[in-house]
Amino acid sequence: MHAINYESPKTIDEAVKLLATHGEQARPLCGGTDLIIQLRAGVRRPEYVVDVKNIRELRRIEFSMQQGLRLGAAVPCIEIYENGDMRKYYPGLTEAAHLIGSLQIQSRASVGGNLCNGSPAADTTPALIALAAKCRVVGPGGERMVPIEDFCTAPGRTVLQPGELLVEFQVPSPARNSCDAYLRFIPRNEMDIAVVGVGASVTLDLGDEKISQARIGLAAVGPTPIFAREASQALAGKRINDESIERAAQLAIAAGSPIDDMRGTAEFRRHITGVLTRRTLAKAIERARTGQTSR
Amino acid sequence: MAKKAVVEATINGEQTEFLCEPRQSLLEVLRDELDLTGSKEGCLTGDCGACTVIVDGRPLCSCLMLGVEAQGKTIQTVEGLATPDSLHVLQQKFLEHASLQCGICTPGFLMSAKVLLDHNTRPTEAEIRYALAGNLCRCTGYDKIVRAVTDAAQTLASGTGKGSAGRLGSGPSAAESTSQQFLQGQEVK
Repeated sequence: MHAINYESPKTIDEAVKLLATHGEQARPLCGGTDLIIQLRAGVRRPEYVVDVKNIRELRRIEFSMQQGLRLGAAVPCIEIYENGDMRKYYPGLTEAAHLIGSLQIQSRASVGGNLCNGSPAADTTPALIALAAKCRVVGPGGERMVPIEDFCTAPGRTVLQPGELLVEFQVPSPARNSCDAYLRFIPRNEMDIAVVGVGASVTLDLGDEKISQARIGLAAVGPTPIFAREASQALAGKRINDESIERAAQLAIAAGSPIDDMRGTAEFRRHITGVLTRRTLAKAIERARTGQTSR
Repeated sequence: MAKKAVVEATINGEQTEFLCEPRQSLLEVLRDELDLTGSKEGCLTGDCGACTVIVDGRPLCSCLMLGVEAQGKTIQTVEGLATPDSLHVLQQKFLEHASLQCGICTPGFLMSAKVLLDHNTRPTEAEIRYALAGNLCRCTGYDKIVRAVTDAAQTLASGTGKGSAGRLGSGPSAAESTSQQFLQGQEVK
């Protein structure tokens, strides 16, 4: 690894100052499970590594039924699934965090890092898309909120400008009769990169027979994580039956533009997108029916 | 060259201070600065788990953590498993079950297995395999590793734990006590 300077700011302002001062020569460090590999490979060569794990707002998990969730960008995956509120109110996001890499990786890897690395196959991003998460970004010019589905612009690229820091995710409080789920397909049992990942969140009407609202996010079937907007909207107001689920699955397949690579062909990925969309919706619906997120 | 940092951490129960450059990983620090060569370099990409250590109770790949990040942390490495009197029950069971051939993956497996047993006293086979999914072995085919972890869990659960399992000469075979002698730095005759 080339020689680096290590900074460990304690506040958002300090971090933003460092990032703004050094621009492309600075890179934030959370778990290091992507960055340290890149530093070693010479893919990134910043002079300054800015460790943001000691900034309170980036490490907290705050949930209330009134405010919803504020999830710090640097919270490691292990702290997400150790958190009772996360498991109860956002089980889809939690299971996505529990699927990344191995337990060793999960002790370090963060949801913020997963997003900012900009891989189209990032596991937690579709789960956050399904939850309509917003990203709070702080920079030298001030703050802005970015809808999660707009955050990644190309493989490895995000909307972050020099000097900007992703601070936290804000997720709405789960509606009554709603819940989320995440499933992915990988070639091995563990430790692999998604061939297809699907995150879904559904809100059911009071009778549990119709979907009032749904959001579907996709991983690894396009140059960025994808919000399957048409598939999601097609479920609004529909009765829960094979026909409506199948229509959503077909629209989800159409939302992706997968490529052939060593993990699978585009044709296979299209097929699996359909399979996982059906299964993820079924799981989210079943969870919503059990009312685990109700007050 | 960037200035070296002074880092204080508790390593295997001992307050330790070391100097390192920011670019040195915790693995490099352990091996090159502290002579704790038990943790191994396998891939440097967090895929093989040979460098697994326990930091603040959590298993992680020391190749993907900077040495400077160890400030104030509590770290356990494979060197801290055995006591002067006995092997850790996991080490004992790995020997009994012949769960190693070249042994390079073994320290990483021991640390991952230790974290599992610290949290789950009766793991199923599936839970064991999941907990060890971040550790790769090219020699054994994993079967004997899983058996050893299962046996260690049962031994701990039945309360005949560390003490008796690790005592020198507690096993019947000559090969076993030879291994114990070797591990404890005794001359093997």
